[in-house]
Amino acid sequence: MNAPVYNFAYLDEQTKRMIRRAVLKAIAIPGYQVPFASREMPMPYGWGTGGVQVTAAILGPDDVLKVIDQGSDDTTNAISIRKFFARTAGVATTTATADATVIQTRHRIPESPLHGGQVLVYQVPIPEPLRFLEPRETETRRMHALGEYGLMHVKLYEDIARFGHIATSYAYPVKVNARYVMDPSPTPKFDNPKMDNCPALQLFGAGREKRIYAIPPYTSVVSLDFEDHPFTRYRFDAPCALCGADDSYLDEIVTDDQGSRMFVCSDTDYCENRQAEGHRGSESAAPHKERPHG
Amino acid sequence: MADNNAAVQDNDQPLLMAEGLGKTYGRLSACRDVSFALYPGEVLAIVGESGSGKSTLLQLLSAQLAPSAGKVSYRMRDGVMRDLAALGEAERRFLFRTDWGYVHQDPVLGLRMAVSAGANVGERLMAVGWNHYGRIRDTATSWLERVEIDIERIDDAPRTYSGGMRQRLQIARNLVTEPRLVFMDEPTGGLDVSVQARLLDLMRNLVSELGLAAIVVTHDLAVARLLSHRVMVMKGGRVIETGLTDQVLDDPREPYTQLLVSSILPA
Repeated sequence: MNAPVYNFAYLDEQTKRMIRRAVLKAIAIPGYQVPFASREMPMPYGWGTGGVQVTAAILGPDDVLKVIDQGSDDTTNAISIRKFFARTAGVATTTATADATVIQTRHRIPESPLHGGQVLVYQVPIPEPLRFLEPRETETRRMHALGEYGLMHVKLYEDIARFGHIATSYAYPVKVNARYVMDPSPTPKFDNPKMDNCPALQLFGAGREKRIYAIPPYTSVVSLDFEDHPFTRYRFDAPCALCGADDSYLDEIVTDDQGSRMFVCSDTDYCENRQAEGHRGSESAAPHKERPHG
Repeated sequence: MADNNAAVQDNDQPLLMAEGLGKTYGRLSACRDVSFALYPGEVLAIVGESGSGKSTLLQLLSAQLAPSAGKVSYRMRDGVMRDLAALGEAERRFLFRTDWGYVHQDPVLGLRMAVSAGANVGERLMAVGWNHYGRIRDTATSWLERVEIDIERIDDAPRTYSGGMRQRLQIARNLVTEPRLVFMDEPTGGLDVSVQARLLDLMRNLVSELGLAAIVVTHDLAVARLLSHRVMVMKGGRVIETGLTDQVLDDPREPYTQLLVSSILPA
């Protein structure tokens, strides 16, 4: 195969410098959306073009990369992006959360606690938390600048008025470093508390919207709420069917057309580790066998 | 909500002052040399035909347009007279959503059509830091009652409301932070006569109950007569006559005002 020769991690050095500058600015102003000159990537918008560009800009030859999609290491998106960097940067890849130095993620934060020195890169579809309440970009920027966030509570008010509780279950707005209101990308609100005071650096890249924002290590991240309707985490009220975990975020899997379903950890690495340690759930009669990627 | 410092303020001092106010667009002069003082609790009507500069003047007074000449000053809640042009944007916007109200002719401009009536009323409260759902909802409910909207409809979006209800909701949304000054741009425009009458009655009661100062722009002299204490008549961007409402409407001095008054259709 006559594969073209790419620069290390696909992007050219000037582009990487430009992205790193945006990343540095984002780290300096936690939660602030920094515009950047997003490039066309060899993948469609919505598949993580923003996250991939951030990853490409920060990746070094001795980094170990993990890519997760909805918590899983083995879905199409995760496999493609992992392969992409294995090929264009030649970096080592892993599925083990603890071993990775850079973790690119879509929709989840790993269950096992992150440690200092790790970087979590989020793929963000819509970076503007006020977007569906205020359509004008000029106006939302001004609102961020002046810290006018009453409108964000209007959304939560609407939830309670309609459903009796705050029904927003993902992309739940947070206030970063007591200043900027930020959209944590479509992670479930179950993951919101993990962002608070996290030892790892968190970077957010939105490719189509051309924005980068960040949460530096050990920064306060508070989920917005009302005094009489405080923020609550949500998970299905069941243990994982494979590893028996009762503290992890669960995916619901429909198993037949008779209404049967099972709940399993959305974080596959966490689930596999627990099974390797001997934890068992209701559906794991046979010892779990496959661990295909490495 | 609003602290009641306003009550201890001296009502003998003007709330808002315009001095030599003018706005030009190139050679076109939309409004020139307007000076007046508005006192707390006073309702001023600005009347005149289309194109006479009424709406430009209202935008100048409410700091939405920068004047080409002159200045507008406002007595803040701490009692200090401040030049509006010298306020920072943050202060100006804060003023706009706490101490001021702005009632648009078209309620679509003043409301969030896609969120419920309760949230429309509560938005200003949340913007000044209210963080208790129950209290926000109670306040919204009591305001809907005050403007005669069925509280069963608190969770309906205003796009399901009739024109008159929308306008009343817009008023509730503006008054919830207990402003001291309300700007109204043709508040009864586009409503049928019976709905207009009900709205005017409501506004007159609210204004006197709350001791609001208001500046009402209208081309309808009946609205001016019902609501206002004083009238300013504008023509070609100038104020041509000003005085007490009954004086100006019953005994107009300027030929143009006479024409305006005589052109009311007899009831």
